[in-house]
Amino acid sequence: MSTIAIHPIHRAVRFYEAPIGKKAVMAITGVMLVGYVFAHLLGNLQIYSSDAEQINRYAGFLHNPANAAALWAARSVLLLAVALHIIAATQLWLQNRAARPIGYVKKADLPASYAARTMIWSGPIVGAFVIFHVLHLTAGKVLELRELGPNMPDVRYNVITGFSNPWISGFYILAMILLCLHLYHGMWSMFQSLGISHPRYTPLVKKAAAVLAIAVAVGNCSIPIAVLTGLLTY
Amino acid sequence: MKIILHIWRQRNADDKGRMARYEVPNVNEHMSFLEMLDVLNEDLIAKDEEPVAFDHDCREGICGMCGSMVNGVAHGPKPGTTLCQLHMRFFKDGDELYLEPWRARAFPIVKDLVVDRSAFDRVMAAGGFISVATGSAPDGNAILVPKEDADRAMDAAACIGCGACVAMCPNASASLFLAAKISHLGLLPQGQPERHERAVAMVAQANQELFGACTNIGECEAVCPKEIKLEVIARMNHDFLLAKLAGRGAAEEG
Repeated sequence: MSTIAIHPIHRAVRFYEAPIGKKAVMAITGVMLVGYVFAHLLGNLQIYSSDAEQINRYAGFLHNPANAAALWAARSVLLLAVALHIIAATQLWLQNRAARPIGYVKKADLPASYAARTMIWSGPIVGAFVIFHVLHLTAGKVLELRELGPNMPDVRYNVITGFSNPWISGFYILAMILLCLHLYHGMWSMFQSLGISHPRYTPLVKKAAAVLAIAVAVGNCSIPIAVLTGLLTY
Repeated sequence: MKIILHIWRQRNADDKGRMARYEVPNVNEHMSFLEMLDVLNEDLIAKDEEPVAFDHDCREGICGMCGSMVNGVAHGPKPGTTLCQLHMRFFKDGDELYLEPWRARAFPIVKDLVVDRSAFDRVMAAGGFISVATGSAPDGNAILVPKEDADRAMDAAACIGCGACVAMCPNASASLFLAAKISHLGLLPQGQPERHERAVAMVAQANQELFGACTNIGECEAVCPKEIKLEVIARMNHDFLLAKLAGRGAAEEG
């Protein structure tokens, strides 16, 4: 018998103990969350459909009780990914802070890599925004949500009235800019964390990460801007 | 030319330490940075003051002994250069330079600019030995190594273990050092038998030494005097993850 028996839980704990294990968890959960961000963007952009009812039909499909099991399964997986991402990030952050108890009198930042340095701030702010966003447009705790019928939210009306408030739009746009930075670093960094790097392809991966991160921010920010400038009206 | 220095002075590990200001009025542009510190120390000794303690050995840029932060950059402003190979012609008359020791919990300060880097030795020791056939000398080229692998292994082996990567990293992570050592043997056929055990064992030891984790910023790569690339860190991650996920016992346990 060449294989030494190790209890699976013991093996997982040993894996997670190492910073590389935690980074792998962050990369995998990051992939899942990035996938969700793109799916959400495609959902949002339906507001520009020439058929004004398109986005409401899409919302009706998601809220259809027949799809409830799939919806909650997806939500559970995403919540688990968010939880693991945050826990691993917090543990690594604490370890990194403890690794240099006394800082420098003078310290230069080489290279600039602003996105990489601010992950620990862009993450929690985007996280706070997501909570606000869910309270606003899913739970209806910020503004009263209009419904066309049971399980049929009037998304078009709710989005346009919400974004007519410059504070709500402003927070949304700020969060999307930070999300853009977070996604840029996250999307190329996940390859590095999972052990994939090549002098020919890594520069392309970084460029693709920048293009995709900017596409998410521009696509999402266009909606509150269109509402505030009167291009999108109910 | 005249150089104004602000140097971290700390009598011993227990001393609190402080920055002290010195002027070196007669710096020659052909002096190396360490020779400039020698001149300062001669001056301090003549005045019956305690000279500044700093690490140095070969002064040829190959031993990895010297190094301190110069204006917040490990080994000073010139890329790909150790402090001993940095010459004063790269500075201007009247420049003010802040000299600080490497700062990391894993590198306790011994005195002034001298830090204890034994943590690196323990990480290396954890990597263990490679298995080789002993006895009479093997035939030359008995083991064939692709040129590309030999070059990459040599690039990684250029690491002199100076600790600049740890000092510069915002997280005080030793990832670049660790990855260079893991890649150097991992790229060669002679390093294959223990390749995965070595990666797991060295990563575990670095974690025990309380170094930080890598956040892929790249400050280490920017200051490494041997210009070791961030790519080796991905290689270490790859070896570690493969050992942990596909290992069958010994390798994954490290």
